[in-house]
Amino acid sequence: MPRFIIRRLLLSIPVLFGAVLLVFTLARVIPGDPCIATYGEKATESICNAFNIRYGLDRPLFEQFIVYLQTLGSGDLGYSIRFGRPVADIIIERLPVTVELTIAAMIFAVVVGVTLGLVSAIRRNSPVDVGTMIIANLGVSIPVFVLGLFLAYAFAVLLKDTPLVLPPSGRLSPGVTIPPLATTWGLQDLAGPPRVLLDFFSGMHTFNALVTGNWAGLGDAMRHLLLPAIAVGTIPLAIIARMTRSSLLEVLGLDFVRTARAKGVKDRAVVIRHGLRNAMLPVVTVIGLSLGALLSGAVLTETIFGLTGMGRTLFESINSRDYSIIQGATLLVAVFYVTVNLVVDVLYAYLDPRVRLS
Amino acid sequence: MAANVEMRPDIPVEAAGGKTSSLGRDTLRNILRQRSAIAGIFILGILLFVAIFADAVASYPPKQSMLDAGEVGVRRGQPPCVHLLGCPDDQPQHLMGLDSNLRDEFSRVIHGSRISLMIGFVTVGFAILIGTVLGAVAGFLGGWADNLIMRLLDVVLAFPALILAIAIVTVLGSGLYQAMLAIGIVSIPIYARVMRAAVLSVREADFVTASRAMGESSIGILTRRILPNALTPLIVAGTLGIGGAIVEVAALSFLGLGAQQPEAEWGSMIGFDYNLFFSAPHLIFFPGFAITLTVLGFNLVGDGVRDALDPRLNR
Repeated sequence: MPRFIIRRLLLSIPVLFGAVLLVFTLARVIPGDPCIATYGEKATESICNAFNIRYGLDRPLFEQFIVYLQTLGSGDLGYSIRFGRPVADIIIERLPVTVELTIAAMIFAVVVGVTLGLVSAIRRNSPVDVGTMIIANLGVSIPVFVLGLFLAYAFAVLLKDTPLVLPPSGRLSPGVTIPPLATTWGLQDLAGPPRVLLDFFSGMHTFNALVTGNWAGLGDAMRHLLLPAIAVGTIPLAIIARMTRSSLLEVLGLDFVRTARAKGVKDRAVVIRHGLRNAMLPVVTVIGLSLGALLSGAVLTETIFGLTGMGRTLFESINSRDYSIIQGATLLVAVFYVTVNLVVDVLYAYLDPRVRLS
Repeated sequence: MAANVEMRPDIPVEAAGGKTSSLGRDTLRNILRQRSAIAGIFILGILLFVAIFADAVASYPPKQSMLDAGEVGVRRGQPPCVHLLGCPDDQPQHLMGLDSNLRDEFSRVIHGSRISLMIGFVTVGFAILIGTVLGAVAGFLGGWADNLIMRLLDVVLAFPALILAIAIVTVLGSGLYQAMLAIGIVSIPIYARVMRAAVLSVREADFVTASRAMGESSIGILTRRILPNALTPLIVAGTLGIGGAIVEVAALSFLGLGAQQPEAEWGSMIGFDYNLFFSAPHLIFFPGFAITLTVLGFNLVGDGVRDALDPRLNR
């Protein structure tokens, strides 16, 4: 097992280096001058010369790449030209929005998806099964941005005067505040990595409100999170439901399940302990693979629901040619994605010994 | 593959369907046995019909403003007016209302089917073409070429598809063809991997060794012996990929990076009008429904083709 993990870790190093190189190259070949994008009409030749020297844009590309690698190596993601702030600060401020959304969507997808798959496998060919499969087929076919808009319309307009009404945009209602954890706990003087970590968790409103016992804030934050999470989570939900169903049907037809039934194990125990546990293997892979869909969906969902997360920030930075944010954000997403896939592979190898040996 | 089936002595000819059976005919029969695949074929049939006869089905040219059509008293985002559903007869009929530029939404949705079908086939076709070549070279040559190609593709896979596509489009500039190229590029690894796996699985097979012994060139072995065996998984991946490609290009268009106004592309129609959403929901609903239905059709047929071509999955 340790050998498998080490080999898998070593394999991701060239991939990550390639990702850095690709991100750097893409950011440099984007047409348009960052100086003009930043200063607009005011960009004169002398201003732009000073600007290029200040941000190292006057040096050869190769040299810029080496400098970029060096700053990355020291944990520095660079300085945002547009915001006039370090990229890391902006990411710490906005990443929690995306992470919170992704986690909520994942919880929704796994809980509902596995349940639907389980029920339709047990009641095969029943109306529940047919209904689930129709939902699953529709779920993978509907684009995230269409579903998001439909949901916003249904819950914010059609259900306006009912208790089911949900807000179509933003993270909190006016008047509701969730103060940063550093303020609540009197830790303003904290600095360095612990502070970064604290600010990061503090930015996830539901987590923040939960640990501080801010129940009004928690309820409001969750109500705002619900629609975007459903929109992003529906595609993975559909895939997970289908995978759980087919995988469970396959396992339930195997000899050891029949043996378990024959020796008198209760139906529920057969399905959960013998069936579901073995059927979860492919489901774990699907969950890992869905993460790409979740992150891609976040860009669109954040646009629709007016959330300033990483997806929205990335999209806006591309429009304003803010190289350092584009690089930082894309790279962060890539590192996150590669890491999760690594974890999934290791988890899979742990769950299924055959993978390790091949 | 058809030849393999016929030559196997352990399968009685009658069992294979009486007369000679071909893979194509078996596949078709297997597809038609599945209810969901039939539904998919039905949806795609309607879509194809609408796309071909778009000019006859649509009531107006897709880019024409109703002011130019000589209508008076029209307003932006006007709701649908269907005579059958009680809209007064003296008003001009607009089955799906008007968009924010006073164009007939129904005609635009109808014409959008042409663009979406084109997007699906061209994007996936491009990805399959490049992916097949890369995968075949990697699998056939092995060694450093294999390593180089597959690690490069791993880098592409290190990014969520849409995010890398957004980055590529910003380099290429916004536009429908640029968006299609970007989605095509990020889909290459899927087909390259499928092709490579197929090549690896038959590279050492006896019939390949036999042709090599008979002096067939590498290119000949690749195209005549190996490619036909890789076709099945490629077709399956391709059919399933079309729906995804349509959604992703539509997503880029929604963000303003793909098809531009006044092009009648579903994603860009939604992106252009979604700020009118609360007053004119039909401008989101109809194109959104059209995308969903199209993608559903391709997915159902794709699932059907997969189940039909892979007997192990038949349950």
